[in-house]
Amino acid sequence: MAILIIAEHDNCTLKGATLNTVTAAAQMGQDLHLLVAGSNCQNVADEAASVEGISKVLLADNSVYAHHLAENTAQLISQLGTAYSHILAPATSNGKNILPRVAALLDVGQISDITAVESADTFQRPIYAGNAIATLQSLDNIKVITVRGTAFEAASTGNDAPIENVDLQIESNLSSFVSEEIAQSDRPELTAAKVVISGGRGMGNSESFTLLEQVADKLGGAVGASRAAVDAGFVPNDIQVGQTGKIVAPDLYIAVGISGAIQHLAGMKDSKIIVAINKDEEAPIFSVADYGLVADLFEAVPELEQKL
Amino acid sequence: MKILVAVKRVIDYNAKVRVKADNSDVDLSNTKMAINPFCEIAVEEAVRLKEAGSAQEVVAVSVGPKACQEQIRAALALGADRGIQVETDDNLESLNVAKLLAQVVRDEQPDLIIMGKQAIDSDNNQTGQMLSALLNMPQGTFASEINLQEGEVQVIREIDGGLQTLGLTLPAIITTDLRLNEPRYASLPNIMKAKRKPLAVVTPETLGVELKQHSKLLKVTPPAERSAGILVSSVDELIEKLKNQAKVI
Ligand SMILES: Cc1cc2nc3c(=O)[nH]c(=O)nc-3n(C[C@H](O)[C@H](O)[C@H](O)COP(=O)(O)OP(=O)(O)OC[C@H]3O[C@@H](n4cnc5c(N)ncnc54)[C@H](O)[C@@H]3O)c2cc1C
Repeated sequence: MAILIIAEHDNCTLKGATLNTVTAAAQMGQDLHLLVAGSNCQNVADEAASVEGISKVLLADNSVYAHHLAENTAQLISQLGTAYSHILAPATSNGKNILPRVAALLDVGQISDITAVESADTFQRPIYAGNAIATLQSLDNIKVITVRGTAFEAASTGNDAPIENVDLQIESNLSSFVSEEIAQSDRPELTAAKVVISGGRGMGNSESFTLLEQVADKLGGAVGASRAAVDAGFVPNDIQVGQTGKIVAPDLYIAVGISGAIQHLAGMKDSKIIVAINKDEEAPIFSVADYGLVADLFEAVPELEQKL
Repeated sequence: MKILVAVKRVIDYNAKVRVKADNSDVDLSNTKMAINPFCEIAVEEAVRLKEAGSAQEVVAVSVGPKACQEQIRAALALGADRGIQVETDDNLESLNVAKLLAQVVRDEQPDLIIMGKQAIDSDNNQTGQMLSALLNMPQGTFASEINLQEGEVQVIREIDGGLQTLGLTLPAIITTDLRLNEPRYASLPNIMKAKRKPLAVVTPETLGVELKQHSKLLKVTPPAERSAGILVSSVDELIEKLKNQAKVI
């Protein structure tokens, strides 16, 4: 049986997390179908058709799927899903929102946020903020799974898979879209960036985050934050790194004015190189840092920016 | 309006997690337990809605062993009116918890159900969405603001890239994110009062819910350790190391 993968997109472009999910799926089976559910999203379907390993793109292009409302999209996926052995989505806010609803509609469990595939039915996933790794075997006939993007390479492109239209219009009338505020940024996406520089409570205010933005721009990186910095209103919620925020694993992670609580470490400790800049030499962040600099960030970060 | 909140007993977020030597699970013996932080936010939100006059009753439900009555009492101390424990000693998967909660909802008929977006032990982030599916109700997950209106609730959700506002018909299910509110501390008089509030105990059998196993836990292992590196003495040394040793810039 084939594997159904749910594409992450904004009706304009296919998001990178989809490519990591395809790689995870390819470790479970051969015949991979990619579902693009959205509105006016032909362009996404064309991009989806170019992903290596995909044998067919399913395109459900209908205004009822425009905002990825869980009530409509989950019904669509569960109706299509009965023909598949696995249903996979990236563990993005969309995937996390929709897929458990799909699982319950199909009366099967979900395995969330997998980081390794041992076989077609056995997977690893972090639990307890990444302080333990569970190996789980699914007993369900349809395996519903979300995939942690940073744990799998991105699939390459260059394919030309056929696109098949799906004529299913499902509208629940239970929920409606009101509005959306999406931050525009020229920097690379946080979860895919090669360099991430994050600030914590020690930054003191939102203005000082421009210091980090300047370093990020010199290194072609993205800016992240700890929960404390988000709660204090220095930066928007969607750049929180951690157990309950974004998971990142860049080549270089620079933690500035962040103490290193386990909930923060859960989101960044798989980074290749970790740098910590903190004035408190006892801060736990130093115990995971490859390079630690005990310094006042307001002196060290401007100097770093200047010398890069 | 009646609000149902679900609370889970989990390891305290500050406690250290140990994996059992035989790799069968984590070792929670002698570990400090608490109400899951996201569930605490759910209780706080429900109590605030009651205090604002929008809701008349807040019912706290927990699925778990006898010990989870402590967390129900904690919710009652925050201001919930009564509790329901669904007694089970099994460590249930999300879908089974959702099926039990669905039966409680059918019995209680709340207008709004508020629960945490994820439990900090299993980190699954599933139960609210599954419950919504089982009850065919709308879901407002990862909420950072809730506004009740006539026959509808507007939910501002924390999503990738920013915030999204949805309108949901009632009854609806909402899962909380961190920024929804900052829970109060229970006062001593309220902790005492909570001891006398009603707490009913039901079981999967009395609810008539059949549970099914969906996955098998094969093993639990500690994560790969990261060892501390070196301290550098200056920004110059840091840049030199990143360039020549780590080769990441
Ligand atoms: C349910 C739950 C979920 C959570 N999820 C997350 C999550 O996803 N992500 C997350 O990050 N946290 C999360 N947390 C919060 C976490 O426990 C910590 O509270 C938080 O990470 C602390 O942020 P911080 O390191 O910025 O602040 P603090 O712990 O206050 O640390 C600030 C640091 O800045 C340093 N500093 C101050 N001034 C300067 C200066 N001038 N120069 C240099 N250094 C300076 C200090 O020495 C200190 O080490 C969660 C908590 C709970 C309960």
